Amino acid sequence: MKKSTLTVVATAAITAVAIIIVFVLLLPIIGPRFIMPLVMGNIAAPADLDTATTRPTDSGLYRVSFTSALDPIAINQIHSWTLHVETADGQPVDNAEISVNGGMPQHGHGLPTKPQVTQNLGNGDYLVEGLKFQMTGWWEVRFDISAEGQSDSITFNLVLQ
Amino acid sequence: MKISRTVITLAVLLIIGVAAYTLWPHAPQWTADETAAIRALWLGNLPPLPPDPSNQYGDDPRAAALGQKLFFDTRFSANGQVSCGTCHIPELGFQDGLPLAQGVGTTTRRTMPIAGTAYSPWLFWDGRKDSQWAQALGPMESPVEHGGNRTYYAHLIDEYYRAEYEAIFGPMPDVSRLPRNAGPVADLEAKTAWEAMTAEDRENVTRIYANMGKAIAAYERLILPGPSRFDTYAQALMEGEAATMQAAFTPDEAAGLRLFIGEAQCVKCHNGPLFTNNDFHNTGVPAAAGLPEDTGRTQGAPQVLADEFNCLSPYSDAAENECAELKFMVAEGHELLGQFKPPSLRNVIARAPYMHAGQFTTLEEVLAHYNTAPATPDGHHNELQPLHLSEAEIKQIIAFLKTLSGPVVAPP
Repeated sequence: MKKSTLTVVATAAITAVAIIIVFVLLLPIIGPRFIMPLVMGNIAAPADLDTATTRPTDSGLYRVSFTSALDPIAINQIHSWTLHVETADGQPVDNAEISVNGGMPQHGHGLPTKPQVTQNLGNGDYLVEGLKFQMTGWWEVRFDISAEGQSDSITFNLVLQ
Repeated sequence: MKISRTVITLAVLLIIGVAAYTLWPHAPQWTADETAAIRALWLGNLPPLPPDPSNQYGDDPRAAALGQKLFFDTRFSANGQVSCGTCHIPELGFQDGLPLAQGVGTTTRRTMPIAGTAYSPWLFWDGRKDSQWAQALGPMESPVEHGGNRTYYAHLIDEYYRAEYEAIFGPMPDVSRLPRNAGPVADLEAKTAWEAMTAEDRENVTRIYANMGKAIAAYERLILPGPSRFDTYAQALMEGEAATMQAAFTPDEAAGLRLFIGEAQCVKCHNGPLFTNNDFHNTGVPAAAGLPEDTGRTQGAPQVLADEFNCLSPYSDAAENECAELKFMVAEGHELLGQFKPPSLRNVIARAPYMHAGQFTTLEEVLAHYNTAPATPDGHHNELQPLHLSEAEIKQIIAFLKTLSGPVVAPP
């Protein structure tokens, strides 16, 4: 073997060993920051989650938005939302029947309370009372909306800290 | 071999440098998410004491002073030996260290700690009461706790606390002509005597009884957790005081905290500055030896809805719109079966035995249960999933839990 080849091989070997040792030494720092989030994929919400507060319903019948009386939404506090429902072309929907559901898709449990639409505020606005979230993470809140013989649904995503 | 020598020198220097950096003691690094999670647990993040709209006397210092006397007065029991303080012992953090509470008899559940319960919408393991004052009245009429009844207590207020009572609640109705023992209790004689009273007399006595609860709650509101070593650490983290952080926590305790807010998922239920979400969860805890399966919230939910002292009752001072927790609670359903309220973890190491009937003697047993997540005996719903933590990690979590000890602040 030529001497120069030997030098290249030795350099490569030493560099590789050095990199491995440095990586192992740095693991306690790299681990929690970069590796654990990968391993614990079920804890973090999906990165591409749509958390918009104004969205079209699943079949596109309505456009729905919500505003929370508790802003930002914090855990363990019961509060109310105002839900606004309008048709796809922007006309307020005033006579809707709305039911509320939800939960944490990654934990397989529902909402800790039974929120309800308690008031039709007019102009397409509805008061939703009794909302509460008792954990941080990804929550879904689903509204089933029926008006004039038609119905559609919308699921809002929340990621609470 | 000249190049090789340079490379070796550089590699060795690099390794020494990195080794020195990692092995040199320094505060652990927390991500932005972890820092937010730690801040959420910090006592400095506890909001001011929330008002109890159902108790208009809740913040009256005279009510708290009377309530404190009633809390420790053993005359308010069937045998003259039991007060609230019998099970809620101040020196033990307002609990008793027993698997099952001992009043005039033995209950089927463990005494809960009091500190910070002013923040909870639900009281008792099964949430069968929705305020501290309504809670305080439960044990008074329980045949195994205080074992007394309403007219008996009204007579005692009349005889020993009349002036203090009237200064807070107004004129005391005449109770001297009423039976000594009467109330809607298990004791048949007292129950019969109660039913023989006029509706007005029953209403007057029940009003006195509710006011007793409101006075006791005015005192209990002031029983709060004080800062622990964890709070010193959290505050130092918020303020970027690396030296204070390092002095406050060992590397194992910090590792335990990281597991607590991360992989071990403890903060799903034990969240916020009180380390509880005050909600209800089924963690598949086995029934206590000698006791039947406890259905928990399945019992508690209908009881709080029917409770004569709940937020919507005539004895509550709250307006209807101030009772959102009760109005929008989940009242029925399969998921309520076997659910219990997670207690605060502050001072947890001083509060063995654990779970709703003291089923586990040590934190090691508790952590082993959460780590393996055994199936519930009858196969019903259970929120746990195995955590696959190592023995070392479990030790780290326990090391962290021990940093949650601090004073319990209460009126002198």
